[in-house]
Amino acid sequence: MPTSTDIAVVGWAPTPMVRHTELSETQLLVRVITDALQPLGLTRSDVDFTCLGSCDYITGQAFSFVGNLDAIGAWPPKRDSHVEMDGAWALYEAWLRLQEGDIDIAVVTGSGRSSTGNPALIYPMEMDPFYLAPIGADPVTLAALQARAVIAAGIADERSMAEVAVRSRGKGTVDELLSGDYVREPLRRHDLPPITDGAAAMVLARGDRARQLVERPAYITGFDHRTECHNPSFRALDDSPSTRIAAEAAGLGDKPVEVAELQAAFTHEELLLRSVLGLGDDVTVNASGGALKANPIMATGLSRIGYAAEHIFGGGTRALAHSTSGPCLQQNLICILEGRS
Amino acid sequence: MIPVAVVGVGQTHHKTRRRDVSVGGMVREAVFRALEDAQMTMDDIDAVVLGKAPDLFEGIMKPELYLSDALGAVGKPMFRVHTAGSVGGTTGIVAASHVQAGKHKRVLAVAFEKQSEGNAQFALGSGRGASLGAGGAFAPFIRAYIHRSHAPEHIGWKVAVKDRQNALKNPYAHLKIEDISIEKVRNSPMMWEPIRFLESCPSSDGACAVIITDEVGARGRNPAWVLGASSRSEPPSFPGRDPVRPEACMQCAKDVYAQAGITRPRQQLDMAELYVPFSWHEPMWLEAHLIAEEGEGWKMTDAGDTEIAGSFPVNCSGGVLSSNPIGASGLLRFAEAANQVRGVAGEHQVDGAKTALAMAYGANSQYFSMWVVANSLQPFG
Repeated sequence: MPTSTDIAVVGWAPTPMVRHTELSETQLLVRVITDALQPLGLTRSDVDFTCLGSCDYITGQAFSFVGNLDAIGAWPPKRDSHVEMDGAWALYEAWLRLQEGDIDIAVVTGSGRSSTGNPALIYPMEMDPFYLAPIGADPVTLAALQARAVIAAGIADERSMAEVAVRSRGKGTVDELLSGDYVREPLRRHDLPPITDGAAAMVLARGDRARQLVERPAYITGFDHRTECHNPSFRALDDSPSTRIAAEAAGLGDKPVEVAELQAAFTHEELLLRSVLGLGDDVTVNASGGALKANPIMATGLSRIGYAAEHIFGGGTRALAHSTSGPCLQQNLICILEGRS
Repeated sequence: MIPVAVVGVGQTHHKTRRRDVSVGGMVREAVFRALEDAQMTMDDIDAVVLGKAPDLFEGIMKPELYLSDALGAVGKPMFRVHTAGSVGGTTGIVAASHVQAGKHKRVLAVAFEKQSEGNAQFALGSGRGASLGAGGAFAPFIRAYIHRSHAPEHIGWKVAVKDRQNALKNPYAHLKIEDISIEKVRNSPMMWEPIRFLESCPSSDGACAVIITDEVGARGRNPAWVLGASSRSEPPSFPGRDPVRPEACMQCAKDVYAQAGITRPRQQLDMAELYVPFSWHEPMWLEAHLIAEEGEGWKMTDAGDTEIAGSFPVNCSGGVLSSNPIGASGLLRFAEAANQVRGVAGEHQVDGAKTALAMAYGANSQYFSMWVVANSLQPFG
C-alpha cells in the first residue's frame, strides 16, 4: 500500500485571470487541463481519475458541472467526481483516492466565473437560511466585522492592511491607499478582492510515476481541513481555530516553510492567518499576489496550491498552501508540499 | 487498501413536506439513528461527508457551511460532494475512501434533499422555461429500450406495483399506496409517453446517514463490508453514446464486480438496490449491470424474479419509486443494501442475503456510482 507522502503535484496551469470572460467554464477547463497535461507529455487518456470543483450558484445554473465532463475527455468513461467546493478540496479527494493504490494519475480542477452574477445578491445565499440569509449578510460586511475584531486584538491595523494590499498588487503606496474612503469601515476598496473569472487544473501522480514525469515533484506531506461553527457571531473572529487544527494535523510545525500561499481575499485575513499559523518574516507570503490580485472563486484555493508547488518545482524545500470557504474563514484547508533531493 | 465497513445506518421518514423540521433538524434525525445503530456518538466521528443534489433545490448555497453545527462537524473535516442524482452514492464512496486511504477512522456520510423548500422542477431544468423535468429527459431512452427489447407494455406497470408493495413493508417509505394494482397504474395519467404517473418517483423530503469505519472500528458492531466501490462518468451527448446501455454504467459494474471477486453477478449477488426513478429503469439497469443478457432484463421482471421472494430481488425497500429525496436517494440505495447483508432490513429483508449491489446514477444517465457489500470479507469462500 502506498503511503500518503508518496503522492505529488507534478504540474498545474491557471487560465488568464480576468475581470470577465465570454468563455464558458467548460471552454476554460478544456484549455487549462490541456495546459497542465501537455508539458508532462500526458494526454487525457493517461488520466485515471478526475475531480472537479465548482459551484452552481456562481455559475447561475443547477448541474452546471455536468457540461464540464466534455473538458475532461470522459470517453471512454472516467472515474470521476465533483465537489461543490474550491478545487483545493477536489485535490483532497483525489489525494485520498490515489492512496487506495490502484491508480497513478489524477487531474483536479477549480473553476468559476463570478463576473456573471451580483456577489452582493449571491453570497448571502450561503448563509444560514433563517437568520443571516434573509438580512442579506454579505461577505464584505461580514469581513468588516472580522477586520474590526482583528484590529482590536492588535493583530492588524489599517496601515498594515494597506501594506498587504500594496505588496500583493504591486501598485500604489500605503499613504495613497489610506486616503481612500471606506467601503465598510474599516475596509477600503484596496482591502477587498477583485471579481475574477478563471480556472485552474492540477496533475497529481503517485510513486515512481511522479518521479518519471518531473525532475522535482512537489510531494504532499501534510493535508488537512477543518470547519467551524457557521454563525460568525458565535465565533472568536480574532482567531481561526480550524486553521490551527488543520495546520497541526498537517505537520506544519515539524519543519520551517520558505513560502506560504494563503487564500486571503481580504487584507486582514492574511494578517490573521499569518498570526494563527505562526509565520515569521522569513516566510514569503503570497508572492503570487494572492486572492487580492486574482480571485477566481472555486479556483482561488487550488491556485494557492499551484503556486506553492511551483516553488518546489523551482528548487524549494517546503511550502505551505491554504484555502478557505464560508463567512469569516469558517472552513480552512492546509496543504504542505515538499521537494526531495 | 484498508478494508472498510458500514456499521451504522439511519434515515428519516420520507414525506412530501417536512414542515416540522429545518434542514438541520431533518439531517439530524437520520444522523442520530445511524449513530444509535453504530453505538456511537458524534464525538466518535472524525470526518463528515455531505452530499446533496443542486443547492438550487432548497436555495441554500453550499449548505455544508450552515450544517456544520447540526452535523457535529465543528473542529472536524467537512467535505461536500455533488455528482447530480448519483451524489448519494458518491457520498458513500467518498466517505469509504476517507477510511480506505488510512486518513480517517470513523466517517459519517450524510445525504439529504428537502424538495419542499423550493421548486425542484425549476431547478432540474436549470431555471430555463418549459422544464419537462427528469421524466421528459428519460422517456426517449425508455422508448428506445422498449423498441430494442420488444418488451411488452405491462413490464413498467409490474415494476411500479412491485416497488410500491415493497414500500408497504418499509416504515420509512414515502408513498404508501395500499390498493396499488396493475389496473391502477395502467389507469393513471400519462406523463411522458410511455411513463405514467404511477410509474414515476415522487418528490420527497428526507435524509440518510451511514457510518463507515475500518476493521478495528467494526469490532463488536454489525458490519456490512464494502467489497468494491466505483464511479464512472461520461459526456452529455455525442453520436455513439447509448443511454439505454451506458458504457459508464457497464464499466462501473465491471469494476465493482472485479474488486468484489464477482464473475457471475446474477448468481453471486443476493439482491440489488438500483436507482429506478421510472419503472422501466429496472429492466434497463438489470441489463446494463450485466445481471441479465441484453434484451432479457424485462423477462426477469415479468417472471417475478425481482420480487422480494424472487431469485434476484431488486429494490426491496420500495426504491426511488417510493421515496425520492433526490440527493439522499443514492445513499439510501447504498444504505438499504448494507442493511440487507447486515440482516436488519426488517419486513423487507431478503432471507439469508449475504451480498448486495447498490447503484445510483445522475444527470442525463451520465454519472454512475456503485458499491458491493457483503456480510463478510470473503463471502465466496
